[in-house]
Amino acid sequence: MSDVAHPGLAHHFESYEQQRQSASLGMWVFLAQEIMFFGGMFLAYMVYRSRYPLAFIAGSHHLDIGLGAFNTAVLIGSSLTMALGVRAAQLGRRKAVVLFLILTLILGSIFLVVKYFEYSEKWDHHLIPGKHFHFEGEGKFAEVPQGPMQIFFSLYFAMTGFHALHMIVGVILILYMLRPAWQGKYTPENHNYVEGFGLYWHFVDIVWIFLFPLLYLIGRH
Amino acid sequence: MSSAAATAEYPKKHYLNATQGILSWLLTKDHKRIAILYLVSVSAFFMLGGLMAMLVRLELLTPAGDLLGPDSYNRAFTMHGVLMVFFFLLPVVPAILGNFVLPIMIGAKDLAFPKINLLSWYLYMAGGSFTLYAMAQGGVDTGWTFYAPFSTTYSNSYVMATAIGVFINGFSSILTGLNFIVTVHRMRAPGMTWFRLPLFIWANYATSLVMILGTPVVAIAIALIGLERVVGLGIFDPARGGDPVLFQHLFWFYSHPAVYIMVLPAMGVISELMATFSRKSVFGYRLVAFSSIAIAVLGFLVWGHHMFVSGQSVYTSVVFSVLTMLVAIPSAIKVFNWSTTMYEGSVSYDTPMLYALGFLGLFTIGGLTGVMLATLGFDIHVHDTYFVVAHFHYVMVGGTVMAYLGGLHYWWPKMFGRMYPVFWSKISAMLVFVGFNLTFFPQFIVGYLGMPRRYWQYPDEFQIWNVLSTAGASVLGVGFLLPSFYLLWSLKYGKVAGPNPWGAVGLEWTTPSPPPTENFESIPVVEGGPYDYATGEKIFVLKGKEAHVV
Amino acid sequence: MSVHVSSVKTYTLIFLALMVLTAITVFVAYLDLGALNNVVMLTIAVAKATLVVLFFMHVAHATKLIKLVVVSSMFWLLLMFAFTMSDYLTRGWLGVAGK
Repeated sequence: MSDVAHPGLAHHFESYEQQRQSASLGMWVFLAQEIMFFGGMFLAYMVYRSRYPLAFIAGSHHLDIGLGAFNTAVLIGSSLTMALGVRAAQLGRRKAVVLFLILTLILGSIFLVVKYFEYSEKWDHHLIPGKHFHFEGEGKFAEVPQGPMQIFFSLYFAMTGFHALHMIVGVILILYMLRPAWQGKYTPENHNYVEGFGLYWHFVDIVWIFLFPLLYLIGRH
Repeated sequence: MSSAAATAEYPKKHYLNATQGILSWLLTKDHKRIAILYLVSVSAFFMLGGLMAMLVRLELLTPAGDLLGPDSYNRAFTMHGVLMVFFFLLPVVPAILGNFVLPIMIGAKDLAFPKINLLSWYLYMAGGSFTLYAMAQGGVDTGWTFYAPFSTTYSNSYVMATAIGVFINGFSSILTGLNFIVTVHRMRAPGMTWFRLPLFIWANYATSLVMILGTPVVAIAIALIGLERVVGLGIFDPARGGDPVLFQHLFWFYSHPAVYIMVLPAMGVISELMATFSRKSVFGYRLVAFSSIAIAVLGFLVWGHHMFVSGQSVYTSVVFSVLTMLVAIPSAIKVFNWSTTMYEGSVSYDTPMLYALGFLGLFTIGGLTGVMLATLGFDIHVHDTYFVVAHFHYVMVGGTVMAYLGGLHYWWPKMFGRMYPVFWSKISAMLVFVGFNLTFFPQFIVGYLGMPRRYWQYPDEFQIWNVLSTAGASVLGVGFLLPSFYLLWSLKYGKVAGPNPWGAVGLEWTTPSPPPTENFESIPVVEGGPYDYATGEKIFVLKGKEAHVV
Repeated sequence: MSVHVSSVKTYTLIFLALMVLTAITVFVAYLDLGALNNVVMLTIAVAKATLVVLFFMHVAHATKLIKLVVVSSMFWLLLMFAFTMSDYLTRGWLGVAGK
């Protein structure tokens, strides 16, 4: 693999710079396909929101705007800590890298815990699509047909579910990076894992930046 | 032909014997070994898919449904489609020939991400295992297209297992595409500018763009089918206000570009074969290069032509119809350029060239019938008939498979250092060509006459065409089986090939056959274009000296 | 070619901007602006995403190739949206059943 003079330089690369550029381009190409993956669900959302506007408003009203906004803030905060973590790696500050990774981990976990509470509330209210689904509409939402309500909640669970799955993967990857970070393996010349993971984490944040208003803020006036 | 072939020596150390033991293969990071891993597994899936085809064609010998029951017939053609599309046609040229040749062609020691390359193969095997499991349990009967609501609600077959298999396999494709894109951008040898790249590289690069942008959409489509089937998330369910056509949009957004994933690398092979066996540079190099990109881009804008009768808006259908005709143009440009390459070239009829010539004619027929299908008025009548089946087999088998076989026979001596018996290889090529036409041309006729596809029995007047088709399939089957024998034979007994048995120009022909693990002792410097047959000058500088055998 | 290192101040400013934009988005959701609600909401979301891409993901200082990858993937997504929605929005225009 790499030789003693160039720790962490893979044998098929000629320089750290070539390796870094390849890693960066590779992660961006991966994110391009992630955009299309989530894009498919956003497309479904668009189709059905234009078809069933009232059902979407009814569903959105049921979601807890406070928790959604809180989670948005938490995730943006975790993007800040992650960006600072990458910066620390660029500057070779070993302990700062570990600190920021841990902060990102904590914030990401808080997000997931809140999500868990949101999901269990849906379960209690029979809002999991399928046989036992039943939406109790109040006021102007009393007559909303169950079918489109199921579609709203199907999209809610599919979109936030895949998002949460990506967060879980992210949290696991941070755990995996803590040891090499502590050992100082992420140097200014070669910290592609931290940089690449940072890109991934920011992408997951961006998905939520769109999910929050599209799911939680429909017709709130 | 070649000058040094007579006294070629088999290299002592090369990528095949560099390390020993099964783990050295299963944990390899060498792109060449990974290509061989794919060669073995993809060939196995091809045989299995072919077996399914055999069942279908045997059933269709007679108008009555007598060999298989109706459900079993549905499973047979579904598994044929799933195995052939996802586990054979998509990976065959990029993962086998592309993996082996691409890094060497650009003067690199490996792909950008060797471990991810290996992961791609494991994902392929994992996806394949799920699908094989589903088959062993009785298979799927939804057609390879998995349309909702049959796949989500009414089918009693192993949809989930197959869907998981296809989903996982999709990521194999995505990672291969990712690897190729980064490799072509960042690992070209000094002097290897974009317009000195062999056209095979342009083709695989364009293919990789399609893999990255298209595959995730079918992934989410399949995931949603799975969620609807298992958990009850009903976004395609008409009973709840869902639209099954939305599934078709998501599915075909990928599956149309997917056929360009299958055909673009094949076209890349043809460019290489045309140049080498006409001993002439490909005519209109830049046009062909840009056409590859154009096909990749335009190929994303035509998916609605699979949905003309689905209830899709007429206006949208018109737009898709026009765009589909546009996408034929870059393909036609390539066919013209290949033909002109041969003109006033020194054409030799070696086996790879026989396949390339076959491709030229058959792909043209397939492409032209595609333009016919793009015409709304015509498509209404032949949709879901054998006309469509014949069209896509002409481009997929007459196109992709023939190009693959041509490429395999072209690079085989490079991959294994040995030549196969030329007589049998030419016999095979003829059998494939004759068998193919006998199988699929009657299907144009019987489809036009009205025989629907995916039907287990049919009216008596269609029998003659079906009998011809099945007869052709038997010949085709022999043509496909023969190479397994003589290619395997050549591994031990074939004549030693030497570094450049075809006298071709290209970086891959400067390395020994088989190449060493690192491909090059030191990265070469490129000083000329990819097909400099005319000048005859050495255009690659290795270690500051003439190109030589290590 | 050295990599640009952003300052803590830059990152903090972007973070604050994102928080402010989030607050605005929630606030505006409660106002009745008719069709404009959706426009404002999407514009703010796009603005937030742009800030993350340019600064947290370093694209402002990245190579032309990376910028091309970002722009192309957005464009591809929009193509998929546009063509599919063209089906849904023009169904029934012909006045013929099933078209």
